[in-house]
Amino acid sequence: MTYLAKPRLHHPSLKPNAVGFTRRDYEGRISTLCAGCGHDSISAAIIQACWELDIEPHRVAKLSGIGCSSKTPDYFLGQSHGFNTVHGRMPSVLTGAYLANKSLLYLGVSGDGDSASIGIGQFVHCMRRGVDMVYLVENNGVYGLTKGQFSATADAGSKSKKGVLNTDSPVDLVALALQLGASFVARSFSGDKAQLVPLIKAAIGHRGAAFIDVISPCVAFNNHTGSTKSYDYVREHNDSVNFLDVIEGREPIEIEQPPEGVIEVVQHDGSILRLRRTEPDYDPRDRIGAMNFIARHQERGEVVTGLLFVDPQARDFHQHLGSVQTPLNRLGAAELCPGAAVLEKINASLR
Amino acid sequence: MQSTDIGHPDYFHKVVDCQWACPAHTPVPEYIRLIADGRYADAYMINWKSNVFPGVLGRTCDRPCEPACRRGRVEETAGHTPEPVAICRLKRVAADYKGDVSARMPDAPAQRNGKRVVCVGAGPASLTVARDLAAIGYEVVVYDGESRAGGFIRTQIPRFRLPESVIDEEIGYILGLGVEFRSGQRIDSMKDLLAQGFDAIFVGCGAPRGRDLDIPGRREAAAQIHIGIDWLASVSFGHVHRVGRRVIVLGGGNTAMDCCRSARRLGGEHVTVVVRSGFEEMKASPWEKEDAMHEGIPIRNFLVPVAFLHSEGRLTGMQFQQVRPQVDAQGRRQLLPTGEPDIEIDCDEVLIAVGQENAFPWIERDAGIEFDRWGLPKLDEQTLQSTHPKVFFGGDAAFGPKNIIWAVAHGHEAAVSIDRMLNGENLRERPIPAPLLVSQKMGIHEWSYDNDITTAARNKVPWAPLEHTLNNIKAEVELGFDPQLAWKEAQRCLNCDVQTVFTLNKCIECDACVDICPMDCISFTANGPEAELRTRLTAPAQNRSQDLYVADGLKTGRAMVKDEDLCLHCGLCAERCPTGAWDMQKFFLEMVHAGPGCRTGEGVRRAA
Ligand SMILES: Cc1cc2nc3c(=O)[nH]c(=O)nc-3n(C[C@H](O)[C@H](O)[C@H](O)COP(=O)(O)OP(=O)(O)OC[C@H]3O[C@@H](n4cnc5c(N)ncnc54)[C@H](O)[C@@H]3O)c2cc1C
Ligand SMILES: Cc1ncc(C[n+]2csc(CCOP(=O)(O)OP(=O)(O)O)c2C)c(N)n1
Ligand code: SF4
Ligand code: SF4
Ligand code: SF4
Ligand SMILES: [Mg+2]
Repeated sequence: MTYLAKPRLHHPSLKPNAVGFTRRDYEGRISTLCAGCGHDSISAAIIQACWELDIEPHRVAKLSGIGCSSKTPDYFLGQSHGFNTVHGRMPSVLTGAYLANKSLLYLGVSGDGDSASIGIGQFVHCMRRGVDMVYLVENNGVYGLTKGQFSATADAGSKSKKGVLNTDSPVDLVALALQLGASFVARSFSGDKAQLVPLIKAAIGHRGAAFIDVISPCVAFNNHTGSTKSYDYVREHNDSVNFLDVIEGREPIEIEQPPEGVIEVVQHDGSILRLRRTEPDYDPRDRIGAMNFIARHQERGEVVTGLLFVDPQARDFHQHLGSVQTPLNRLGAAELCPGAAVLEKINASLR
Repeated sequence: MQSTDIGHPDYFHKVVDCQWACPAHTPVPEYIRLIADGRYADAYMINWKSNVFPGVLGRTCDRPCEPACRRGRVEETAGHTPEPVAICRLKRVAADYKGDVSARMPDAPAQRNGKRVVCVGAGPASLTVARDLAAIGYEVVVYDGESRAGGFIRTQIPRFRLPESVIDEEIGYILGLGVEFRSGQRIDSMKDLLAQGFDAIFVGCGAPRGRDLDIPGRREAAAQIHIGIDWLASVSFGHVHRVGRRVIVLGGGNTAMDCCRSARRLGGEHVTVVVRSGFEEMKASPWEKEDAMHEGIPIRNFLVPVAFLHSEGRLTGMQFQQVRPQVDAQGRRQLLPTGEPDIEIDCDEVLIAVGQENAFPWIERDAGIEFDRWGLPKLDEQTLQSTHPKVFFGGDAAFGPKNIIWAVAHGHEAAVSIDRMLNGENLRERPIPAPLLVSQKMGIHEWSYDNDITTAARNKVPWAPLEHTLNNIKAEVELGFDPQLAWKEAQRCLNCDVQTVFTLNKCIECDACVDICPMDCISFTANGPEAELRTRLTAPAQNRSQDLYVADGLKTGRAMVKDEDLCLHCGLCAERCPTGAWDMQKFFLEMVHAGPGCRTGEGVRRAA
């Protein structure tokens, strides 16, 4: 935790992006989390991704629940819309906002406690519906804010700081998301920005529910030997299935066959996800294959990371509903309440 | 790259840009913090130890520290013109507000060590030798042809830049150590001096000869044409009170600036400075040019003097050829005539300030002291010893005209040489100063220095009104900072001596320091050759004169690489580090001066 505001001075080589902002303009207030918290690194990755994508901050809505992780939206994108909801309720509030105004980019930030314990019902339905959002869980295996109790994502056999073994089976949010129909699923590690930043960029470009589980060590309560969410453990057991390059739609694209070992996926916004395989048989377009692969590797104690699944044909909740092009919040009273004659017509059609 | 050896005394010293650039290596940030704290006398004493003349230098120093100051590099994004900390003007604050420091000055030693040293000339170089040696028991005799001590500080620098009381006070501290000053006695034979049995001789006689300009009309109009430094000395001694109404000053160095500004105060209504080359290439410091122009003195460039014009034995003006710069095939810059007709400038007097030369007419060529083909003594650059083992040179006499702070730095080094020599020790094996590194951590986010970074622009020093200063050659132009302005200016200092110190085996590679660093100084990356490494850091490290701090061998196989260039020393990296792998540690280094600290004991051992 730091009391000083970060000085305004910055490196002269820091260039503004296409919308005129430097990376520093995407920062928020100074973090009050513990020094070394993985969550702060994830905030830095979000900042980097938004800067690289030339996102106008006023087009972003960041919503969260309760927890150290859910505090972080205060520490990035200081010029964006924000809403700290109640514990585990970020998905429903975000769904409401998204229904009312689909023109914003929705970023839901949550914790493993927030999403896998109290909010698991909300998480499940949000994934099922295909709400167009980036759902990012900062997963440290504990309730950080309430001083380190095991959360539902803690692995069986993981040891608490005081030496107590966790005997409950873990909830694997990635497996759940895959099963529930999320159209973009990834896992990463707060200590690996080279992997995390492109994943966030790709998730932002995805239309539909994009879920990223980011393992994010809690330096105060879950970074000891015996923990399976520590910096050392994750580094030792990290099995990354692919490297991702996001090629933005604005750049001219040469049409050519991707080389051996490279998979290319075109997203709705025209951007191309270029995936260099590091696991030769892994195809992230195969949902069932992904579920099997992850389950098998998990069993061996490996932490599978990378872009695990993407459905380029995904449709989002508004498309499912067939709602109008114009965001609902911009419709006037006349459109929203077309009058007795129209109601009469509808009623008649149902008779 | 190799991992950095932070134990080397130069490594962190270089990070303190100002101290590294100062010839006497004054611990600048240390005294700036004391000034911010209102501890002016403490700040003064730190200066006094390092540079002997804080009051004089706080007004006149050439300030090599300021162009080097990190502040001038980090302010590029502060929304105003980047400028260094006003280091020199803060030094003056220490001198102005210190109160009575006489009780803090060392006493003349009760017992002398029986060794006798003589200094020729009483300029800053000799006076530094005298101070360093007299304070530790040497008997020091200083000769000067002038009646009062100070050298060019006394005779050349005009009073409107440096009041005499400041000179008197600081020379007083030195002579108060029991130094014997033999005024008005010019040494005219080195051989005689050598015969007097001194244990060592220090030559600090300066570079006393002003260059002349031998063009047509020089002899005929001689009465109205003066050599700049001779004329300034006459002004200083009160022999010259007036100058003609129209004055031309030839030359673009600091002497020319002092000449034109003095002339402006002695009745010169139209004073013009004329330089051969371009305005930008002038040797004078930017602030001196600014001061001159502020006083209504035009500077005309690219004019080469052709002739002094005269009639009936009186100077009437000067003729100049117009030139323009051109870069030749070898990349050398030349001045070529433009082909336009020569121009004439009317004038009543001319001051020639086109350079200074060394002259040693009193040193017999067979006295055992060899000179090079430029007429300068052959010296060991480190020890300042001449080819005669007992004779040392320093200041302008050593390597040609420089400035006061170099004279002081030479004085310290010569004093160390003399002290080691007279204690039977090898002159070249001098002890390297041992820096102190002390953690500044007081709490989780509390440091014993003020790490908040201001974006404020450099504060201007208030000036006395022109109507007042132009009518009185002794009226000081710059008024100096008052304590409030000094405090504000001191806040701009980044505390570059509070170093970021990295402990490799504590780092868990959490990236917190990388994320928080406002200047993107820190990277965790694969090691590589320096040139290539510099291109792929969090931010490119383009300033090759600033080191990369490398610690290789982290758990992931990567290296921590920190670019020292633009670090604000804000300590946020250390505040954010969960393991204390970063710590902020104050580096304090004082140069080794003459005395027991400069001796290694070999002389004693050999004698035993
Ligand atoms: C006009 C002018 C302005 C300057 N302004 C600045 C400035 O603002 N800041 C700055 O840093 N530097 C300035 N300088 C340069 C600075 O004054 C010198 O670099 C510095 O004084 C050199 O010190 P020194 O000890 O080597 O010799 P000096 O200061 O030159 O002193 C040498 C002394 O030796 C005496 N001497 C010479 N020969 C003999 C002899 N045979 N016997 C006895 N005595 C002898 C001389 O009388 C003189 O007093 C200025 C120089 C000039 C000419
Ligand atoms: C309704 C409700 N129940 C319980 C709490 C107490 N509480 C606050 S944060 C938290 C757990 C947060 O854990 P997680 O989401 O993993 O966030 P972390 O702090 O680990 O980042 C709990 C149980 C609460 N604030 N509200
Ligand atoms: S900022 Fe302060 S410590 Fe750093 S170089 Fe400038 S004066 Fe020296
Ligand atoms: S002190 Fe640390 S955080 Fe501050 S600028 Fe320097 S390296 Fe960056
Ligand atoms: S904050 Fe400390 S532990 Fe974390 S990467 Fe930096 S030096 Fe290492
Ligand atoms: Mg948690």
